[in-house]
Amino acid sequence: MYELVTGPLAWIAFGIFVVGLLYRLVWYIRGLNWQMDRVTYTVNIAYGIRGALRSIFFWLMPFGTHGWRFYPGFTILVFIFHICLLFTPVFLTGHNVLLLERWGFSLPTLPEGLADGMTLALIVAAVFIILRRIALPEVRIITKPYDFLVLAIAVAPFVTGFLAYHQVGNYDFWIVAHVLSGEIMLVAIPFTKLSHFLLFFLSRAQLGMDYGIKRGGMKNKGMAW
Amino acid sequence: MPEGILCNKQVVDTKEKLDALLADKSGKQYYSEMKQLDVDAKALWATLQKTCKSRMRTWLEICAHCGMCADSCFFYLANNRDPKQVPSYKIQSTLGEMIRRRGNVDNDFMHMVMDTAWSKCSCCNRCATYCPFGIDMGVMFGYVRGLCFSQGFVPWELKIGSGMHRIYNAQMDITSEDWVDTCEWMAEEYEEDWPGLEIPVDKENADIIYTVNAREPKHYPEDLAEAAILFHIAGENWTVPSQGWEETSLAMFAGDWGACKIQVESVYAAMDRLKPKRMVVTECGHAYRATVLEGPYWAGIKSGKTPVESFHYVEWVAEALRTGKLKVDPAKRIKEPVTYQDSCNYVRNGGLGDYAREIMSYIAEDFREMKPCKEHNFCCGGGGGLNGIGRYRQERNIGLTVKRDQILATGAKLVVAPCHNCWDAIRDLEEIYKIGIRWTFLKPLLLSMVEVPEHLLPKDE
Repeated sequence: MYELVTGPLAWIAFGIFVVGLLYRLVWYIRGLNWQMDRVTYTVNIAYGIRGALRSIFFWLMPFGTHGWRFYPGFTILVFIFHICLLFTPVFLTGHNVLLLERWGFSLPTLPEGLADGMTLALIVAAVFIILRRIALPEVRIITKPYDFLVLAIAVAPFVTGFLAYHQVGNYDFWIVAHVLSGEIMLVAIPFTKLSHFLLFFLSRAQLGMDYGIKRGGMKNKGMAW
Repeated sequence: MPEGILCNKQVVDTKEKLDALLADKSGKQYYSEMKQLDVDAKALWATLQKTCKSRMRTWLEICAHCGMCADSCFFYLANNRDPKQVPSYKIQSTLGEMIRRRGNVDNDFMHMVMDTAWSKCSCCNRCATYCPFGIDMGVMFGYVRGLCFSQGFVPWELKIGSGMHRIYNAQMDITSEDWVDTCEWMAEEYEEDWPGLEIPVDKENADIIYTVNAREPKHYPEDLAEAAILFHIAGENWTVPSQGWEETSLAMFAGDWGACKIQVESVYAAMDRLKPKRMVVTECGHAYRATVLEGPYWAGIKSGKTPVESFHYVEWVAEALRTGKLKVDPAKRIKEPVTYQDSCNYVRNGGLGDYAREIMSYIAEDFREMKPCKEHNFCCGGGGGLNGIGRYRQERNIGLTVKRDQILATGAKLVVAPCHNCWDAIRDLEEIYKIGIRWTFLKPLLLSMVEVPEHLLPKDE
């Protein structure tokens, strides 16, 4: 089973992930239309690029925008969640051992204690994100079961990985569950809201270009995100 | 497919249709016909498929339902944080639902969409600046208004307004003759006090072509005189066009994109005809948004720019003060606390906030910023056409409370509001809530404090 999930299934998952995202990228860009969107994407290109980069940069900075500063608690949760989500798996010792075995190279690794802490931090952040969803009326009204499902897909690899690493119960079960849930997440990225993995950048760039080109960017220092 | 006599899917493009609508007091018959109006679901779905492309589809799809847009919306704040006023909820339950149902919606649904698009969103675009994904619900509601318009579900006043643009190239029934007469009248009226004062009509190759909001010639002609006097004092070589003088666009508020195009093309034609060096727009926010920012796209101009470079009035004033064309008498600067209403259309969505500050630094001694301000300021409460829609007067008045509280917090009793919509909204909020404030455009303020060069004064003084 382990061979299956880390072999052919992993290839399929990564394949769907990459091809799916490429499709998303092409679909998004082809769907842009200067006249309908009312943004001259290709004419005032320098202003557009500047606007796009500013729009992405400030929103990637914790507390970098008025919005992030307005909701400090949620901002901390969001950044903890995303930083742990992206960095822990890539720089995890276990994953890099696998990478070295299979492909002959590895990346720098996080100390195991830190990786463990980051996994826990992500899980705790997710719990608070769920509680916030339920507790705040303005969030509850827009919440759908789908939102919990997407969150579960993103968190499952961390919960299962944590249990496997600490050998809680049956290791063989948890490690297979871990790999499988990771693959489910990869496959889900192009097809669900998790596509914001890519579309965050495209959508932010688009609005940044709008502000950079049409909505004042040619006359001011740039939108004060 | 029942279509009303007044309420239907047709555009208003003849004087007869317009007069019939105007004769229907408060739109009573119009709205009762709307209750019977059929939805052309096939056409709606076809439009959605053709025009709702990757940008908006992505916005609707990736919305993380995080609720960070909630507090950005003044309607949400003004309505006791009603969850139904969360921007994400408003757009998902209208445009989102329309797409999920593949355009298969009924009359009740379209009524709900219309009420949401015009009475729960002023298209101020503030939510877009608070969404981590950059989802612009103001842009989407602008789009939804277009869908509603195409199906005949549009507030009565805006159906009339867009018809006015189609018939008169202006938001009101002012003909080219009326306009030129007003210009001549104002020049004559003030000539005695200002020898040599002119309102040059159709002068070619002027440095500035000046364009206005139709309300000015119709209801506040002295605004035009003030503009003329300030240009006169500043020594500008300027003109107004006899045709293509109207900058505003109720058609934009109505979602009548065809009329939007007709309207801005009339202004661009004046630019082409008179070949001025640049255009200056009066103190109106949505006029600048419509004709300078969005207009080139409606007209299909690939550079995204107007035929000649265009400036909002605040840009001209800031420049005139900076270069000394206008000099403020230091003794006459505003001494009392004064605040400034940043218009969504030329500040958040036009980037001109710094020009406003520059002006205030010349004319005010105790300038107080609203909180928040500049790009993050709240809508006055009357934007997006809301001031003019009787059906939503109550909703508008509730929305005004956010601006009321913002102004009160500054401690200022004077609000500088160089935008017709903001000016109206602030006037109305004073009328309703009586907080003891005054409000003003820049022109009368400037006239009360600029130094007049000796040679421009009447000789007998």
